Amino acid sequence: MFSRDTWKEIFETIQKNKLRTFLSGFTVAIGILIFVALYGFGNGLVNTFNEFFADDANNVIYMFPGRTTIPYKGYKSARQIEFENSDLTDIKKNFAMFVEYATPRISRTNLVKYKEESNNYTNRGVDWGHQFAEKTIIMKGRYLNVEDINNNTKNAVIGRLVEQDLFGNENGIGEFIDIGGSAFRVIGVFQDEGGDNEERLIYLPYTTRQLIEKNTDKVDELIVAFKPELGYVGAMAFSNGLERFLKQKKFISPEDQNGIFIRNVADALKQNQQFAGVLQMIVAFVAFGTIIAGIIGISNIMVFTVKERTKEIGIRKALGATPKSVIVTILLESVFITTVSGIVGMLIGVVLLSYLGEKLKDYFITNPYINTGTAIFATIVLILFGALAGYVPAKRAASIKPIVALRDE
Amino acid sequence: MIEIKALHKSYTIGSNSLHVLKGINFTAQAGELVAIMGSSGSGKSTLLNILGMLDEADSGEYTLDGVPIKNLSETKAAKYRNKFLGFVFQSFNLINYKNAMENVALPLYYQRIPRKERIEKAMKYLEQVGLKEWANHLPNELSGGQKQRVAIARALASEPKVLLADEPTGALDSKTSSEVMDLIQKINDAGNTILVVTHELDIAHMCKRIVHLKDGVIVEDKKIKQVRASAHVQ
Repeated sequence: MFSRDTWKEIFETIQKNKLRTFLSGFTVAIGILIFVALYGFGNGLVNTFNEFFADDANNVIYMFPGRTTIPYKGYKSARQIEFENSDLTDIKKNFAMFVEYATPRISRTNLVKYKEESNNYTNRGVDWGHQFAEKTIIMKGRYLNVEDINNNTKNAVIGRLVEQDLFGNENGIGEFIDIGGSAFRVIGVFQDEGGDNEERLIYLPYTTRQLIEKNTDKVDELIVAFKPELGYVGAMAFSNGLERFLKQKKFISPEDQNGIFIRNVADALKQNQQFAGVLQMIVAFVAFGTIIAGIIGISNIMVFTVKERTKEIGIRKALGATPKSVIVTILLESVFITTVSGIVGMLIGVVLLSYLGEKLKDYFITNPYINTGTAIFATIVLILFGALAGYVPAKRAASIKPIVALRDE
Repeated sequence: MIEIKALHKSYTIGSNSLHVLKGINFTAQAGELVAIMGSSGSGKSTLLNILGMLDEADSGEYTLDGVPIKNLSETKAAKYRNKFLGFVFQSFNLINYKNAMENVALPLYYQRIPRKERIEKAMKYLEQVGLKEWANHLPNELSGGQKQRVAIARALASEPKVLLADEPTGALDSKTSSEVMDLIQKINDAGNTILVVTHELDIAHMCKRIVHLKDGVIVEDKKIKQVRASAHVQ
């Protein structure tokens, strides 16, 4: 049944019926190729979503001041809310159980000068905990520490690209740069996975920034990191508690949506992961639809092929072919074609995905890939159904009387 | 060699039953060259198909070379066909994507003869029908007479006990018909049993015995003096 002779006979048939072979092979290859590509794109989409959040820590809650819209406790509406240092200390005190670290952020844009080089950069006045909230990676030197905050030091941590712009190939550590008229010593250089913009930032102690601005105690935003062991539910409860606390402290109506804004990264992350998951499910559904279309395609071709070969089958039977040998020949031929073209389609798909890599990043598809297991499984499914699709008509053809088959024109 | 007794066959077409063979008794000895004659609808092709195990009789006995042919499974029928019978059809029935040599070698493939031996044998029979030079040609590159000769070579390749020819000259002009009949006579001279179904009298007279079929019964069965086809071949 699987003798060399049988295979030779099959190869001869395949070789001499190129169009038929090409059509069925093409259907299978395209089916698998599209499946692999779509499935890979789905994974790429999820990658992109995950990447959005890989940049920052995801146990962080951001709070921005807004403008009230509801009069409350004698205060008029449209009142601008401001955060100050005491808010941070109050949060740390009241939520000691939940808070891992908390840091303010004061963003300013200043002209920064070093010797002949100058440029405008955004600088952020922050506390030491900011390093973890932003996942800032120190390349050399160090980040701001408690001493810097307490002593209002004029130390600055600059981004990789800031160093490149100002110092060229030289080492910036220990050098003094002029930030908006004040001299700061560069104590560290960092990089960030958030991209070029994040690497053009400068971090200063927030206390120093406040001192420069007439010893104010105002801050732009509050960043509070909760303990990761709180989990999603705990984090949600914590951010609700924070909101209630701040609204009470700032005399904002509990119903007012605009007094302060809270962004809980954990919540956003979860929502986006769900979104990405749904997207992937849709893509997988479409991909399996392609596989089914491929199965229908190969079935059609097999039915047609067997129909076309009815007379040939009659001749073969008259010459002594048993029904079994007829079925085996047709089946092996179809399985051989679907296997080879299925693997070819799969490989092209995998190569295509790895070639695309980051090229489709503009379309939110990053590093599309498919598990080898999934790809092989889909290929095997197609081969199996191709064989089944061939078996049914082959069996019918093999059981028609040779005299009927011979009459077929 | 061939022995049939009280053979009946009817076809059901819609609700009507068509009684085609109404009790055929017939024997053929080894080495005979028998023409089965009759007008269309007389049942001659049906008889040949039953003899060739391509079709089944409703009732009656059929013995081929001492083997009773009855209630055969498809697989068994296929094996018997391969072992006992060679077919020559009116429309040649060559496989169009296989060349002459491969067509001739096909029955040997089903006898599980090794490839090398198959090719040798196929070439031998192609030579016998005078088409050795055409071995690598596809059927559509051959003339009608050549195709039929390839078909005869194919029928001979499995060294059958009986050669069954269904209107072997039906699609050929008279000159080519004579060539083909000449070949059939030569094969018969070599001792092969051959049954030829035809409705042409001159072809029938090139055989050694004529069996006349009419409305499903044998009306005449006579030995004749053979007309050699070579006389017509220039």
